[in-house]
Amino acid sequence: MSSFLEVVDVHKYFPGVKANDGVNLDVRAGEVHAVLGENGAGKSTLMKLISGLYQPDAGEIRLEGRPVRFGSPRNAIRAGIGMVHQHFMLIPALTVADNIVLGDEPGGIRYKRRTAAAQVRALSQKYRLEVDPLARVEQLSVGLQQRVEILKVLYRRARLLILDEPTAVLTPQEAEELFQVLRHLKAQGTPVLFISHKLDEVRAVADRITVMRAGRTVATVPAADASPQELANLMVGREVVLRVNKPPRTPGDVVLSVRNLSVTDAERRLRVRDVSFEVRAGEILGIAGVDGNGQTELADAIAGLLPASGGQVAFLSQDITRLPPGERTRRGIAYVPQDRQRDGLVLDFTLVENAMLRDVSHPPFSRRGILQHRPARAYTERLLEAFDVRPRDPDRHAGDLSGGNQQKMILAREVSRDPSLLIAVQPTRGLDVGAIEGIHRQLLRLREAGKAILLVSLELDEILSLSDRIAVMHHGQVVDIVPAETATREQIGLLMTGTRVGESEVAQPSNR
Amino acid sequence: MSVLTNPQLWASTLAMTVPLALPAIGGTFSERAGVVNIAMEGIMLMGAFFGVAFSYWTGSAWLGLVFGVLMGGLLAAVFAWAAIRLAADQVVLGMAVNIFASGLTAFLLNTLFGYEGTPPDTPPLPFVSLPWLGPVFSHQSVLLYVMFAIVALSHWFLFHTRIGLRIRAVGENPLAADTAGLNVWRLRYAGVIVGGMLSALGGVYLSIGILNSFDVGMTNGRGFIALAAMIFGKWTPVGSFLASLLFGFSTALGIALQGQGVSPDLLSMIPYVLTILALTGLVGRSTPPAADGIPYTPIR
Repeated sequence: MSSFLEVVDVHKYFPGVKANDGVNLDVRAGEVHAVLGENGAGKSTLMKLISGLYQPDAGEIRLEGRPVRFGSPRNAIRAGIGMVHQHFMLIPALTVADNIVLGDEPGGIRYKRRTAAAQVRALSQKYRLEVDPLARVEQLSVGLQQRVEILKVLYRRARLLILDEPTAVLTPQEAEELFQVLRHLKAQGTPVLFISHKLDEVRAVADRITVMRAGRTVATVPAADASPQELANLMVGREVVLRVNKPPRTPGDVVLSVRNLSVTDAERRLRVRDVSFEVRAGEILGIAGVDGNGQTELADAIAGLLPASGGQVAFLSQDITRLPPGERTRRGIAYVPQDRQRDGLVLDFTLVENAMLRDVSHPPFSRRGILQHRPARAYTERLLEAFDVRPRDPDRHAGDLSGGNQQKMILAREVSRDPSLLIAVQPTRGLDVGAIEGIHRQLLRLREAGKAILLVSLELDEILSLSDRIAVMHHGQVVDIVPAETATREQIGLLMTGTRVGESEVAQPSNR
Repeated sequence: MSVLTNPQLWASTLAMTVPLALPAIGGTFSERAGVVNIAMEGIMLMGAFFGVAFSYWTGSAWLGLVFGVLMGGLLAAVFAWAAIRLAADQVVLGMAVNIFASGLTAFLLNTLFGYEGTPPDTPPLPFVSLPWLGPVFSHQSVLLYVMFAIVALSHWFLFHTRIGLRIRAVGENPLAADTAGLNVWRLRYAGVIVGGMLSALGGVYLSIGILNSFDVGMTNGRGFIALAAMIFGKWTPVGSFLASLLFGFSTALGIALQGQGVSPDLLSMIPYVLTILALTGLVGRSTPPAADGIPYTPIR
């Protein structure tokens, strides 16, 4: 097969940073090629070089054998490079067709809306990307919005499709649909360049994988030959522990007890129905389920962010169902929210300010309403040290940190308050392998220390490897609670669809 | 009830609608492109003053109209430059434009025309009589008919042309528009300046459309009622017009009810009460363009 796009020994420097320091890439016609690397490995810089946002300082980019210099994204688009951005570039208030043709609309002065819709319909049939051209984008699910993004690129006659971390926002089902689409595109001869830090999906969808580390491409391997362990080691540059080592523990007293809890969301839809479970000291209870089945609302209700519409929440044998979130915090509930940038940190505040956020109204952080900077600073420095948050500079703004370090900062703040219960909602979402390893280690350390942990995650492997027991949610209900030792992926997956397995099958231990 | 059947009430409703609908549609253009515009009051004053001044100097009301509109467009262009290029706070900026225009027109009136005000022989724009349409249309400014055309044209322009789609796109998500290859700044300038010219036309109507003179502060808050009409009309030309019609009616009714024991001040509150209701969602929620008021700095 001939090369469609070649990147030959490309370098790109920014003041103080070698963002790309010797990158080689070769995307062949009709293949799905993945670029795998941790956050900060230089993947985004490489994509910006290919899509014309940056110019290389050294090296060459060749398209079908000919050297090219794009100079601007428009030129790259014209040459057939189609970029699907990680953050969708869509206008929610406009229709699907409007979004797709924007900038290249059919018609003269008048915008031929019907022609646009017809063209979009034809395009979506050709590539099997079904979507209603007349629907408003704001009404679409995230998965469908991504389709619109892909169609936008195809409408501009892209001959190479680049997807930057496309599954970060998708449910497992939507991700699988996306992979189908990519395979179909490949079958039609359009090469796909797929950027990711997730080992499994890269192996599932790519023909060949190029691994990046610290600004360099370190290897290109056929996906069929690559084991996850090998890829992880290439990515991180050392031996990575993919399986967590979890010593057995006997759980202690009941810390959290939830009885017949029901929760309605802000739109008054019933999201949690009649849920009961308990979490004991030194135990991790994993909540599994497809995104949007009430897990987030359940966690919010226990943290006090959503009111319970029925049932009872007891913490350390005391009823806290009606207590405000601040009081629950004081009693020893820590919370790592799903959206760390929106709910976990104030991005425009320094790390010192973020660290004292929870306890700002009492000593040592404030006395008689006046902030005490020195103790707060010393405290923050201790946190950064203990949890290996980088850069280790308490005056940096939280927004300057990478996602993994932001998450470490939140975890550091929550854990240092010595809570009895930690609620963690998708604590490793969007993080790379190295950072995930660190977060997992912290969670297990808390378990060792006898804390109760409620772990909500969409990553089945995370749930299976960390939890002592697993509660599976479907349509707001807990379908079943099973011990993690004997649980299998298949069993949990089935429960996630709401199907209850017979007791005999559940009891059957199996090796994962 | 005789008040409501009196054609005079309906004629004056239409007359009161014009200086609200034009700036309301003007504001719609600006905000659809993503620039919050509360400077309609000031831009109207510019249009009103220069409309009269050029009408007197050139002896032609039509030239007065053209220059009044151009001066409004010029002030809008300065506002746009500060709001778009310098990314200044658009609300503060709009207020500054209002205060500046009110001071400037008062100063120029005094300096150029003295204490007598604008000369009484300034030519006004013609009135058009269409008695076959009924007594309501027997004596209306030509700008009433221009306004009807502008309502229809603006609707067509914003919702049925390619450039209209693009203007709406930059008001909703400028980054997306930029990556689709659109020139965000140029489209925003266009929206603000065209909007400013429409607002100025509303001012021209006040000074040489129904009168032939300029008074200090003669817009009398209409720019702000127009703002309310734009919001109540959900940022659409037709909606802005209908809301202006409603507000024009309440003004006309206030005048008609004078001396009948109903305070016109009470009726003049209606636009603002309705706007609050619209914004809180009690009478069909109004949602502004998503990027309205947020300056955009292009990537690269």
